[in-house]
Amino acid sequence: MHYTFNWSFFFKSIGGKETYLTWLVTAWEWTLTISFFGFLVAFILGAIVGIFRTTNNKYLVTFGNIWTEIFRNIPLLVQIFLWYHVIPHFIPIINKAPRIVLVVMAIGLFTSSRVSENFKSGIQSLSIAQKHAGLALGLNTLQLYWYALLPQAIRIIIPTLTSEAMNIIKNSSVAFAISIAELTMFAMQAQEETARGIEIYLVVSVLYFISAFAVNLISQFIEHKIKIPNQTFVKQ
Amino acid sequence: MLKNLRLTFLYFAIVLGLFAGVAQADSTLDKIKSSGTITLAYRESSVPFSYLDDKGKPTGFGWEICNMIANKAKTQLGLKSLDIKTQAVTSQNRIPLLQNGTVDIECGSTTNNKTRGEQVQFATNYFYTGTRFLVKSSSPVKSLPDLKGKTLVITTGTTNYEIVRNLIAEKNLGINLIGAKDHNDAFLMVAEGKADAFGMDDILLYGLKAAAKNPQDFKVVGEAIQVEPYGIMIRKNDPEFQKLVNGVLADIIKSGTFTKLYTKWFMSPIPPNGIALKAPMSKDLKANLTALSDKPAN
Repeated sequence: MHYTFNWSFFFKSIGGKETYLTWLVTAWEWTLTISFFGFLVAFILGAIVGIFRTTNNKYLVTFGNIWTEIFRNIPLLVQIFLWYHVIPHFIPIINKAPRIVLVVMAIGLFTSSRVSENFKSGIQSLSIAQKHAGLALGLNTLQLYWYALLPQAIRIIIPTLTSEAMNIIKNSSVAFAISIAELTMFAMQAQEETARGIEIYLVVSVLYFISAFAVNLISQFIEHKIKIPNQTFVKQ
Repeated sequence: MLKNLRLTFLYFAIVLGLFAGVAQADSTLDKIKSSGTITLAYRESSVPFSYLDDKGKPTGFGWEICNMIANKAKTQLGLKSLDIKTQAVTSQNRIPLLQNGTVDIECGSTTNNKTRGEQVQFATNYFYTGTRFLVKSSSPVKSLPDLKGKTLVITTGTTNYEIVRNLIAEKNLGINLIGAKDHNDAFLMVAEGKADAFGMDDILLYGLKAAAKNPQDFKVVGEAIQVEPYGIMIRKNDPEFQKLVNGVLADIIKSGTFTKLYTKWFMSPIPPNGIALKAPMSKDLKANLTALSDKPAN
């Protein structure tokens, strides 16, 4: 099959000063914004919930387990629709929230369940002696987590957290379902207008790849920076 | 081990061969003849052209014409039986699915324009529509400029989005334009007050209004922004099938069946709610019943 690539449409006006290229860049910005704030929400909530699940308090553990299972067992797209169409019926104030906030919350909460799993398994993978040593030193629970358990656990789970952050970039495409003009929406509308679907999906795929890969590089850098020299995670 | 590897290659070759077989069947009529099946594409909510009735079965004006075309193909090819398969399509995937052979023909609400004409073949235009606005009955909005500072929703993957977006930018109208996933979604946004108006081909708006729980809560307003023809889509470079499709259209137009179908679907009560769209035949369509043109929109 012979296909002639034609990229010139990117400079075609779409009304006013905007071209397909400027539209693409705006769409990319939306994708990155959703992903960034989505991961922020996911990281903070996921860390708290994950830590809850490793404590000795059965209420906190149950709360953490319920949280994780609810957000983990409902498909992301369905969760987005719940936030957009269903929950506002019961809590009308949500109707006033900008759509971007709903998307960030939906993606953030969905991913928080996965981040919580990471934190839980990271903390549980540490030797029980760490906990005992901390308590023997007279640390209270907060101090124990802050000074002894979390610094070690976070180093262990950076690779899996990286996957979650990369997943968020890819999952951000569901924002299209509630009318956010991100990359996937751009791809669908622009290929309809220009009939250059192959070029558009190629560019959009490359941008998704670059975004996700950048996250990977950043996390490798962080991992390298906070590495404890000569540390190996071997269970005693 | 080696045997397994060989088997794997064999399966691989068979699968590839199957794909190649599909790709090589370039004439739709040959494909219908050899497979004994035809796949008709339908839309889930393009009332009254092609949509699902209360039993979840495809129905509509275009759907009936598509079935007439399938029957004509059966008689012309002298087939004893023809298996009519159905496949749902959306604004976004209807052209790729037609091109790759998943569906053979689409009788929906697809605007016949030049860009699409490079990818598919349109039959004789069988409807004309213009972009107007669906708003709540209580809304003061009467035209596009009235939407200044308000939110207008248009389905993604449509020409309406492009036309209205360019118009907003050129005239600096200050309207917040957003894209919906599909027509039902856009309608829901107006119903829930998340958008002030839904801009779309007026006939689709009439259809969505008729299918709503409370049709009296909505109205269609505004002068048509641009008149566009709808056409039946088939694959490009397939003159035999094109001739058959246009032949069926010409026959039913001449015999008066087309006008009867029009009255049935556009003027009389239709499923699922038994509400009539009451959209009289436009002068453009009347003119094309004698001209039989497949001229695309500008």
